[in-house]
Amino acid sequence: MKVYINGINAISPQHTFKHEDWLKEPVGYRQVRYLKCIEPVYTEYIDPMAARRMSRIVKTGVCSAIKCLHDAAVEMPGAIITGTGLGCIEDTEKFLGSIFVNKEQLLNPTPFIQSTHNTVAAAIALKLKCKNYNSTYVHRGFSFEHALTDGLMLLHEEPADNILVGGLDELTDNSFIITDRLGLWKKTPVDSLKLLKYNNKGSLAGEGAAFFALSRERKENSYACMSLPAMFYKPRNISEVEHQLSAFLSRDEKTLNDIDLVILGLNGDAAGDKIYYQLIDQHFKNIPVAYFKHLCGEYDTSSAFAVFLAALVIKKQQIPEVACLNKSPENKIKHILIYNHLRNINHTFFLISAC
Amino acid sequence: MPEKVFITGVGIISSIGKGIDETIDSLKNSRSGIGVITLLETAYKNELPAAEVKATHEDLMEIAGIKDKRPYSRTALLGIIAARQALRHAFIDDIAAYRTGLISATTVGGMDKSEVFYRPFIENKRHGRLRDIITHDCGDSTETIADYTGIRDYVSTVSTACSSSANALLLGARLIKNGLLQRVLVGGVDALTLFTINGFNSLMILDKNPCRPFDEERNGLNLGEGAGFLMLEAESIAEKEKKSVLCEISGYGNACDAFHQTASSPEGDGAYLSMKKALDTARLEPSMIDYINAHGTGTKNNDLSEGKAIERLFGNTPPPCSSTKAYTGHTLGAAGAVEAVFCVLAIQNGIIYPNLRFQKQMSELSFSPVVALQNRKPLKHIMSNSFGFGGNNTSLIFSAI
Amino acid sequence: MENLVEKLKSEIIEALNLAEMKPEQIDENAPLFVDGLGLDSIDALELIVLLEKKYGLKVANAEEGKKVLYSVNSMAEFITRNKKG
Repeated sequence: MKVYINGINAISPQHTFKHEDWLKEPVGYRQVRYLKCIEPVYTEYIDPMAARRMSRIVKTGVCSAIKCLHDAAVEMPGAIITGTGLGCIEDTEKFLGSIFVNKEQLLNPTPFIQSTHNTVAAAIALKLKCKNYNSTYVHRGFSFEHALTDGLMLLHEEPADNILVGGLDELTDNSFIITDRLGLWKKTPVDSLKLLKYNNKGSLAGEGAAFFALSRERKENSYACMSLPAMFYKPRNISEVEHQLSAFLSRDEKTLNDIDLVILGLNGDAAGDKIYYQLIDQHFKNIPVAYFKHLCGEYDTSSAFAVFLAALVIKKQQIPEVACLNKSPENKIKHILIYNHLRNINHTFFLISAC
Repeated sequence: MPEKVFITGVGIISSIGKGIDETIDSLKNSRSGIGVITLLETAYKNELPAAEVKATHEDLMEIAGIKDKRPYSRTALLGIIAARQALRHAFIDDIAAYRTGLISATTVGGMDKSEVFYRPFIENKRHGRLRDIITHDCGDSTETIADYTGIRDYVSTVSTACSSSANALLLGARLIKNGLLQRVLVGGVDALTLFTINGFNSLMILDKNPCRPFDEERNGLNLGEGAGFLMLEAESIAEKEKKSVLCEISGYGNACDAFHQTASSPEGDGAYLSMKKALDTARLEPSMIDYINAHGTGTKNNDLSEGKAIERLFGNTPPPCSSTKAYTGHTLGAAGAVEAVFCVLAIQNGIIYPNLRFQKQMSELSFSPVVALQNRKPLKHIMSNSFGFGGNNTSLIFSAI
Repeated sequence: MENLVEKLKSEIIEALNLAEMKPEQIDENAPLFVDGLGLDSIDALELIVLLEKKYGLKVANAEEGKKVLYSVNSMAEFITRNKKG
């Protein structure tokens, strides 16, 4: 299954919303434990009557989706599919808190209504009056990948010609506190661009939304094409990862010799990064390697940011130096392999290619 | 030609039964599971009826045969119980024999545990036991079921409000048709929580009495809890393994009402479209449907909108129709799968379920639901509707072989 | 009554997060829903919570709700009538 990426957009801790030039000016953050999105002026995209109930993630999702469709010159997508690991947690926390604070009495319904995981996909549909296929996947580090898989299948089942797929998650004060107590983040603040230098436990928390307009048809301004992502759950050892990698590449009739750039989900957590370094040593020695979580932070749907980065790198044929782990690519970048894992549970591969 | 998708096993736990036999017995004998809340600690215990699975955490651990110390949410336990039944019912013992997936659906995941965590946490951010919050996200219950059953090839979770598990079935069928999986265990699960009972109460759509779907005097829904799972297998695998097949998933349709965040459109646009798409994928005419298992929550808005959509598609004399939510309450993310199991059992047993407590014809509709159990053989094609907030509407069609 | 109307307008703006709106832009006689201010069923629920929280008044059912929540004036009348009684 092959589809074309005809429009992209991301709202992230980088200046990605108006994405033309962000590759030239990546933002580094000093002494931080988490990265938050650089947000657009929402009122330019969402009318205030509609925006008044929306939490931050809904606004970022709707804005990014609209901008993505503009980018692809698509007015009415044949499907809207989102992936989110934790969904609308700000409103979930708000409603949950109100249950206890108000002892189950006189609760405002709005945060409950807006807490459901499908709120963003539904809000996009409502904004566009789009009655077509609509779904939401909520599976940790597979959330975006499942949305994409569904979208690719739809494009090949024919009813849809242009579809919208996105991955998004938000970070709230409480979700940071809880995940920090769970030991996911570095205990002392770091400089984001030096994320890989600390060599200790934990990563840098992040958030973001990234949307893609996909089609079976190539257009003049298509960014890249892509095939079905591969997902594998709880590999038992590194050789299972290697096996999955070779199966993935051979499915698309590729070998590592075809890969011009590898983008890895390195996140600074020494234990989790070990797998990536092993693969670099044993398989990616002669391939330029890049990484991205120092730009967007770690979150369940961060792979959507990686796909966004890859699509842009292929179209622009440039990659910010701060994203390169070793050497920058010298040849034309035709095929990018992305490998990401979330806490060594949800592992995924993507292949993004020039078209 | 894409493969047909067969259902070879089902599993269910809800307020009307902890397995297929109890369930079918309750369905046949008009035994509703809606009653006084006895397990959930809520201020509405004596005010709002609900359809609880009358089993404590320990009871569920025992039914599931779990002894380890991993934290299990009520959601995960209900899911495991139904999933295990479905695998046994389908006589599947070697998970690795074929490329097998698991797709579960839920709306609030491990919220039952999150509530335990959150109460002390809002007082002091260092309080709350972490083992009560790590099961919060929707993926947790699915991965717990995956680990329990040994399914690893494809593990996914859908959440589209009240149509969640109907979309899990839809996705499972499509994954098989697209050749990505050979077998897939699909379903959904939700436990009754303070979050949902207070949420729906804040929307003022909970009936203080047992619900009356499609009744002129209907006054809202009752919440329920439970899990339903169904084993889907590609036709070629079922044939090769000489499986006894329960029925086929022949049609599915997903559409968005795109009308309002919570309310359905007056003419039921989304509902009409999802039903129409389901008929189209199954290549059936409306007249070929023998029974509609409606979404039928019992709210003023849903039943009117769904009823109007049914009239639009099926005319003024639609096929027999009923909502089984008068038995189970609205099990939210589990509803689509629980009702899919009911549809499979209907085909198996040649019966159409009554719409309990129906008395008065809705003034806006030309038809009324089935009021008594009907024996009808053969039941060839059944449609099941699941509609959710945000306008996420999905219809499925089950066909006898 | 006049004070109550003004107070209600501010409370409605706050409760419904009508950030762009000023109290003087709300016509107390105009319908709050659909044609007038453009509020919907979720807003109605929020306004019912507001009436109970701030004024201790319960709206008995949807029919009564429709009448009470018709406009700012009808809300003010409902409050005045029930406070006195």
